[in-house]
Amino acid sequence: MSVSYQVMWNRLISVVEEQAQALVRTAFSTSVREAGDLSAGVYDDQGQMLAQAVTGTPGHVNAMADAVGHFIRRIGRENMYPGDVYITNDPWEGTGHLHDITVVTPSFYRDSFVGFFACTAHIVDIGGRGFGADANSVYEEGLYIPIMKFADRGEVDQTLIRIVRGNVREPDQLVGDIYALATCNEIGHRRLTNMMDEFALTDLSGIAAYILENSRRATIERIAALPRETASGRMEIDGYDTPITLAVKLAVQDDHMTCDFTGTSGVDKKGINVPHVYTKAYACYALKCAIAPEIPNNAASLAPFVISAPEGSILNAPHPAPVALRHVIGHLIPDTVYDALDQILPGRIPAEGAGSLCNFQVSLRPRTDAPAPPDAVRSEVLMFNSGGSGARSTLDGMNATAFPSGVMTMPAEATEHAGPVIIWRKELRPDSGGAGRYRGGLGQYMEVGAREGQEFDISLMFDRVDHPARGRHGGHPGGPTNVSLDDQTAMRGKGKQFVPHGRKVMMAFPGGAGYGAPSDRDPAEVKRDLARGYITPETAARDYGLSAQDIAAVAEAVRKGEAE
Amino acid sequence: MTKPWRLGVDIGGTFTDVVLERGETRASVKVLTTYGAPEDAILQGIRTVCAQAGVAPGEIGQVIHGTTLATNALIERRGAKTALITTQGFRDVIEMRTESRFEQYDLNLKLPEPLLPRQRRYTLPERIGARGEVLIPLDRGAVAALADELAGAGYDSVAVGFLHSYLNETHERMVAEVLAERLPGAMVSLSCEVSPQMREYERFNTVVANAYIKPLMKSYLTRLKGRLGGEGLDCPVFLMHSGGGIISLENAAEFPVRLVESGPAGGAVFAADIAARHGLDKVLSFDMGGTTAKICLIKDQTPRTARVFEVARSYRFKKGSGMPISIPVIDMVEIGAGGGSLAHVDAMNQIRVGPESAGSEPGPASYGRGGDRPAVTDADLLLGRLDPQNFAGGSIALHPDRAAAALQSTLGDRLDMGTETAAFGLSEVVDENMANAARVHAVENGEDLSQYTMIAFGGAAPLHAARLCQKLGISRFLVPPGAGVGSAIGFLRAPFSFEATRSVYMRLGDFDAAVIRALFAELAGEATGFVRSCDATAPIGAEYKVYMRYTGQGWEIPVPLTAEEAAHPDAAVFQTRFEAEYEKLFARTVQGLDIEITVWAVNAATPSPETVPVPQSDETGAAVATGTRSLFDPALGKPLAASVTDRTTLAAGQTVTGPAVITEDETSVILPAGMTARARADGCIDIRTGEDT
Repeated sequence: MSVSYQVMWNRLISVVEEQAQALVRTAFSTSVREAGDLSAGVYDDQGQMLAQAVTGTPGHVNAMADAVGHFIRRIGRENMYPGDVYITNDPWEGTGHLHDITVVTPSFYRDSFVGFFACTAHIVDIGGRGFGADANSVYEEGLYIPIMKFADRGEVDQTLIRIVRGNVREPDQLVGDIYALATCNEIGHRRLTNMMDEFALTDLSGIAAYILENSRRATIERIAALPRETASGRMEIDGYDTPITLAVKLAVQDDHMTCDFTGTSGVDKKGINVPHVYTKAYACYALKCAIAPEIPNNAASLAPFVISAPEGSILNAPHPAPVALRHVIGHLIPDTVYDALDQILPGRIPAEGAGSLCNFQVSLRPRTDAPAPPDAVRSEVLMFNSGGSGARSTLDGMNATAFPSGVMTMPAEATEHAGPVIIWRKELRPDSGGAGRYRGGLGQYMEVGAREGQEFDISLMFDRVDHPARGRHGGHPGGPTNVSLDDQTAMRGKGKQFVPHGRKVMMAFPGGAGYGAPSDRDPAEVKRDLARGYITPETAARDYGLSAQDIAAVAEAVRKGEAE
Repeated sequence: MTKPWRLGVDIGGTFTDVVLERGETRASVKVLTTYGAPEDAILQGIRTVCAQAGVAPGEIGQVIHGTTLATNALIERRGAKTALITTQGFRDVIEMRTESRFEQYDLNLKLPEPLLPRQRRYTLPERIGARGEVLIPLDRGAVAALADELAGAGYDSVAVGFLHSYLNETHERMVAEVLAERLPGAMVSLSCEVSPQMREYERFNTVVANAYIKPLMKSYLTRLKGRLGGEGLDCPVFLMHSGGGIISLENAAEFPVRLVESGPAGGAVFAADIAARHGLDKVLSFDMGGTTAKICLIKDQTPRTARVFEVARSYRFKKGSGMPISIPVIDMVEIGAGGGSLAHVDAMNQIRVGPESAGSEPGPASYGRGGDRPAVTDADLLLGRLDPQNFAGGSIALHPDRAAAALQSTLGDRLDMGTETAAFGLSEVVDENMANAARVHAVENGEDLSQYTMIAFGGAAPLHAARLCQKLGISRFLVPPGAGVGSAIGFLRAPFSFEATRSVYMRLGDFDAAVIRALFAELAGEATGFVRSCDATAPIGAEYKVYMRYTGQGWEIPVPLTAEEAAHPDAAVFQTRFEAEYEKLFARTVQGLDIEITVWAVNAATPSPETVPVPQSDETGAAVATGTRSLFDPALGKPLAASVTDRTTLAAGQTVTGPAVITEDETSVILPAGMTARARADGCIDIRTGEDT
């Protein structure tokens, strides 16, 4: 019995991976098809998540786990039929902002209802003000689609399609993406049917119990192995107009762990608030990485991590708070949790990193200061980019690599095909990795402009301008975020800002912080970093004490094309 | 005039396989690969097969060669001193990768290092836009200055990769001209030639990989040609490429990155040839060796091809942990599942198998060479699939007691299972891993495996093929003879072929039949011309394909066209073909969106060597069994008494009914209850579910 359950568990994980792959292949938004900002999962008939594809977005983990319960409640089990497809972008019942579309499909096996497939994807535009921080309430952030049927017994709701088309900037793209989401669940359903045929199952109750019980037991074992301690952590970050404090208290209990964000700042006026589902996702992700990394995500492996935040805080923002950029704050939750967890698990927790993805959205239009050429167009272009990750206790941080998010960047060439934008520069930022025995990962430089005849608004979504990543155990901070126009005009880290015809936006994304004292760094690593240009000669001398003679020797080796 | 002898040579990680063939006559040998000078093993092998067949080297008319040398040079980082010249502002594309982590939950993740460290990546001010227009012109003086700097540093090889060069090659070509003048000793690779496709990370990585292995491969191929000549083989030498076709030695030396995975490609061609002989249109090729299993779909006797391959995966074969190379490749999945794959129990009390392998030293526990962790071979032994006295032709005595101890201590004790159940569990997990890989691969290609026939080769495949078939709903599999040197035989079955492609965007709304006719004619001329340069007389066929998507999607799907449809392009026909393919893959089409074509391809090829259909063998009665042994039946979950038959005694038409084991020197074919095997005239064993064939 146990052998076939082992096989079925593997199979369900491969089913959801296939489901996710189908979404990437059919999606229209670059955020989905190039960057992998999506997730997919399979659920039992009670709405308990049994398996989830590991994709770019830990932020969807708990949110997806909770979402199906809301669909069952809103639609009603008695109203579910084969061929149905349900949809929402509710930030509180989906995955945290209107730009995530969640689609749920009930799965029927030989006419009897056995479970659900769900998937979520981040789309480029949902109307309203456009993707950005500036709204004062969720009503300004775009079209709201309550939990409802997208297809009823195979019939697509054309009224919904017309409303969607009439409210967004890129209607073909959004409608195409909704179809891609429906396709993704259909592929999952087909594979599940094959599995049930093969194993002669009539329902999922046996395999569900097996998965959930084993996951729960394994997770609790991991928690039980931790010292029974409590620890507090806090971190101050930029916010929109005023700095925000994130505070956390962790407590290890016998069979669960609590993570409470009491002491955190209240709801912000602008769109950087975080619905509770999204706070749960990133707090839980941070704890799982450190404590139980290899246990697959499902309802039972998530349950022992009990996450709470006071209602009305920025980490549990109630409707109708604006939430479009919930990720900017949400991505900084793991570093906050790690400030505390380092006290419980010394030597296993990385230093702080860039945290938030360094995203921006460009809204291009024909220039208005002079006659525009006939080929100038309106277009929405979204880019995901990463700063450096924090140094680890035995390894340097990763250069220009997302953490905690795991989405990919879009290729510059693909981005330039999506709209009349020009990426003039996208490369590593020397000296931005915090010095330390282990160096923080480097951030990156980007320079962005537009084709001749275009002007644009750019919606920036950056933190760590005034609050760079803090080093751990003697490590130095990472480089802060910097942003301005190429004529030196200063820009704010968050919010939509105008870029006149011919101007470029110059961005420097933050680096990760160092771990341990720089004086303990292996001199060979310092020389390697200098040869590669990860650090400049000034930093090599000032932070690491490399001699002028050594610096000259490295420069000579580089001139000869020598590599370590 | 008698047909000349042909020679197939496959250099693998452990063995170099040499096959000499004329018509139905074949001699083959495996010799140990000689890493320092790989041509030594080839010459040794040639002498052996020539002696076996009584053939003088001068009688050999053609050599077809495939090799893992290119792959290994990339994995082991043994390439040349190489520089990259790229667009200013984009120095770190190959280092920044996709900016993501391929393993989400590992806080101590190590990203693979790029092939070239940062100090070997140089930039020039220049820029091509997304419409192929020049935004910043390239200054020849700046190129000359950089060329002098590179000359001073003593680079042997230079890769050139500029943004959007797949649309406009002029800047890359100017660099090549200047380098030829100022750095004549260095080899140059241009991204617009090596891989003219959109997405800079894949394209730059491909041109860097090509440049990195070019001096090594060029020197090896030149030496090989010389040594073969010295041996009296002055015939043409051709190379198997990763797409399953054959290219000239000169072309391979120019684009050595195309040789990556040429061995497994030969295996797929081998399976395709068996498929043709047996008239099979839908085949799953299953090649399982000591470390990995390779799975490939073969439709209409043609292996599927893809445009990107990931080489040197650094983290448990995990997708994203290697280097993407965009070249035409036979589309296959390779997973860490072989006879040597090791098992353990994880935190969820789940049995895990591979990708870690016991290798040949110490080998599986049953080898008795100090291995104490259970491998797939150990489970196979305890389940009755292997004869401990007759493994590898009797050259290695297997120790069932050691296998049992390893299984019990590593799996049984942890999971409260008996030894046999632990062996069953291990075997089920590795079979399920392979089945999952096959299933995902089939889904990505929109195929239903239940209509497929499996062709199983490689040492471990015949032991696991039957169970894999049960899991995949496949009702028939073939085990061909000569499976141990399958890739080298495959080289001799490959056609000369070349795929010419062009990235030209066209929406169906702006369909221009005249432009399309001209484009296809140009591509056909280019592809055919190349094939003609390899074979002056053979007829050449052309296949037409376009890659299409809904406007706004990022990934295209291949849409085949007939020669007639390519000669008389019609937008409505293109749309119908696209929608049919899309629906097959993704269940439903999207209404109301424009459709676009992104890539145009013409593949020219000589016909595959004539295949002689294998005659139906009338049943001639049951084969004579030499004994019986206990064989665990995974579908029933219990051991059964199985007959044992020696493969060499099987005559065409004879049948064996499961539960049974058909033994041979290198492996055994396992036949569970409910399956029947029949020997075919060509030596294949043909196994089907059900009472009779």
